[in-house]
Amino acid sequence: MDFGFSQEQEMLRATARKFLDNECTSTFVRARMEEPAGVTDEFWAKLAEQGWLGLIYPEEYGGTGLGFVDLTVLMEEMGRCVMPGPFVSTVLLGGLAILEAGSLAQKKEWLPRIATGEAKAALAWTEPNARWDAAGVTATARETKGGVVLTGTKLFVLDAHTADVLVVVARTAEGKSPEGGVSLFLVPKGAKGMTVKLLPTMDATRKLCEVNLKDVTVGADAVLGTKGGGWPPLARVIERATVALCAEMCGGAQKVLDMTTEYAKIRIAFGKPIGTYQGVKHKAADMLVDVENAKSLTYYAAWAVDENAPEAPLAVSMAKAYASDAYRKVSATGIQLHGGIGFTWEHDLHLYFKRAKSSEFTFGDATYHRERVAQLISL
Amino acid sequence: MDFSLTSEQQAFRQTVRAWLKENIPHEWKHLGSSEIPRLEAYELLREWQRKLYDAGFIGLTWPKEYGGRGLTFMEELILHEEMALAKAPPILNVLGVGMAGPTIIAYGTEAQKKRYPSKILSCEEIWCQGYSEPNAGSDLASLQTRAVKDGDHWVLNGQKVWTSFAQVAHWMMLLARTDPQAPRHKGITYFLLDMKLPGVVVKPLRQITGEAEFNEVFLDNVRVHESEVLGGVNNGWQVGITTLMYERLTLGFGLQMRLRIAFDSLIELARRMEKHGRVITKDPLWRQKLAQLWIDTECLRVTGARAITKLLRGEMPGAEASTGKMVWVETHQRLQELAMELEGSYGQLAKGSEWAVEGGVWQHSFLRSRANSIEGGTTEIQKNIIAERLLGLPKD
Repeated sequence: MDFGFSQEQEMLRATARKFLDNECTSTFVRARMEEPAGVTDEFWAKLAEQGWLGLIYPEEYGGTGLGFVDLTVLMEEMGRCVMPGPFVSTVLLGGLAILEAGSLAQKKEWLPRIATGEAKAALAWTEPNARWDAAGVTATARETKGGVVLTGTKLFVLDAHTADVLVVVARTAEGKSPEGGVSLFLVPKGAKGMTVKLLPTMDATRKLCEVNLKDVTVGADAVLGTKGGGWPPLARVIERATVALCAEMCGGAQKVLDMTTEYAKIRIAFGKPIGTYQGVKHKAADMLVDVENAKSLTYYAAWAVDENAPEAPLAVSMAKAYASDAYRKVSATGIQLHGGIGFTWEHDLHLYFKRAKSSEFTFGDATYHRERVAQLISL
Repeated sequence: MDFSLTSEQQAFRQTVRAWLKENIPHEWKHLGSSEIPRLEAYELLREWQRKLYDAGFIGLTWPKEYGGRGLTFMEELILHEEMALAKAPPILNVLGVGMAGPTIIAYGTEAQKKRYPSKILSCEEIWCQGYSEPNAGSDLASLQTRAVKDGDHWVLNGQKVWTSFAQVAHWMMLLARTDPQAPRHKGITYFLLDMKLPGVVVKPLRQITGEAEFNEVFLDNVRVHESEVLGGVNNGWQVGITTLMYERLTLGFGLQMRLRIAFDSLIELARRMEKHGRVITKDPLWRQKLAQLWIDTECLRVTGARAITKLLRGEMPGAEASTGKMVWVETHQRLQELAMELEGSYGQLAKGSEWAVEGGVWQHSFLRSRANSIEGGTTEIQKNIIAERLLGLPKD
């Protein structure tokens, strides 16, 4: 057993931190918040240059073939700087769905282009019912002579407005269980009958869309994987993306703790740095505990996912349940300990507080994942 | 990063598992309580520890020449995991194995290292800890027990308090002030005190549970030979801090094991109990609470693994080791409170009532758990330590 990062992984962390410190400053993030697109083309091209966009894809599809523990390191660093843009939606949702379920031809068509930054992808999965389980999929896919006709409304879709291709989750048949009859389809941007609307969001660094599908016709070759067999690969994709998101949340929470600790050392009240007072110290200690525990569970889940360990689904749900609460609490306490300045638009804390909130609801909140844990430990 | 075990470690797990299956005493009925040994079970637990010693399943990380096995923390971890799964009885000489032994091995003279550790493991000699005093608890460095040199002996006078196991202990790890002129932390010496020496008086203290597990210990002109100083005169603070570090690490495994046993027992209870006409494990709100408890229990295990990794790599454990005690306390106290909430009105009934759930064991462990956030460093002190040592916030 060795539950720590390797030297190579620590080097990756150092490189990533340096790169993001230069390229993803608060000024950059705030500029992206005001714009519809989460990234600039220039920044995206640099991510590709760093090899991040293909990090977890096999070499035959233009990737580097690294694992989720490696990715964890990167995601933590991205979380530290509240990196905006479609990394999760492209690399971990749309792209990963193509990798998990796609045919050789589909993988060859999309993955190398994603890795080089030429193409962006997204996953149109959740709906207005806001469910994260298979029963939430109600969009329909009807077979016709010309192919398949997709109808339905997808909501909370990450970065659909900048995606070149959407992986749409729809029901081809009513299965015996909610998981049966779910299929995945590749829908290119601008498909006839598909409208994408960017939604105003509390966390402006995460772009959420509504995707309306009104009799969108795609060819039979647009099916990703087997018809009716879309749920198992989708579940794997979500599981993996969830681990990565947890790591991003850990990185953000750690940064809030760092900022708060530094502030507590220099801010003077009643003639002393506020960090001298136990009222502040104890809150800071609680923050550290939350951050460290979230990391422990996240690293464990990343390892389990990499190894395809039987406990992977349980480990992922434990991590997401914990990280969802932890990031929210830590970012809120960070604001509290900063006092008035923490409540301003000028200070960066609100970026983290809002990212904590959006991350909490992405791929299932703590309540959802605790119920999953209850099921998985056979309660 | 790799959580898997080597084939040797897997084989070790199988050996432990098979041995536990054959050897856990039939009289041992594990019920709810996850706490340190109760007085009524001392004899059974003494024999149990002896059995573990004879089989070589205690003191795994201690050097062979001092009665240990010379294995790594991995084997220690595996052993504790298996003991939890098998609901094995706890270690009686828990302070000896968790604190006194490792400290003696770290600081002792060769004679001391030959004399004490193996008898700690075999439970021939039980140890207690003489740190706290009526006026020195969280502020341990203000301790007032005095030791004055007289020939080749030290003469001890003072009082210790909250001393668990003192009524059965053969030895005490004792901190006393040997240089009152020196700065508080510099004038303290660590003694190995023979509890049978004239002038040592143990008076049981009745506690919140109604039992008298812990004691006051009075020292009246107790003459301790200078060979019983551990780690040098006036070096006791350093030695004592080491003890506390071992306490966090090794006792941590044991605590983790007891927590897992308590969790499993709580789930068994929840499966049998109903609320509002519904089995508790089917109630959505209870499923949330129990799942969170599981997550926190697992989190302690995984965080422990991070600390062990650092040890195995030859590094000092950092944040992940310091948070363990605090997180364990919070989780365990919540578990005990959930047990009470789960019992509902029955939560009021104690041992002796035929209506009491599982003979009232949960009432006992619930009450006992209040001490968790006080003993071994209060939660408030733990938070100060984390804030000052790990986060670098200024001292007052």
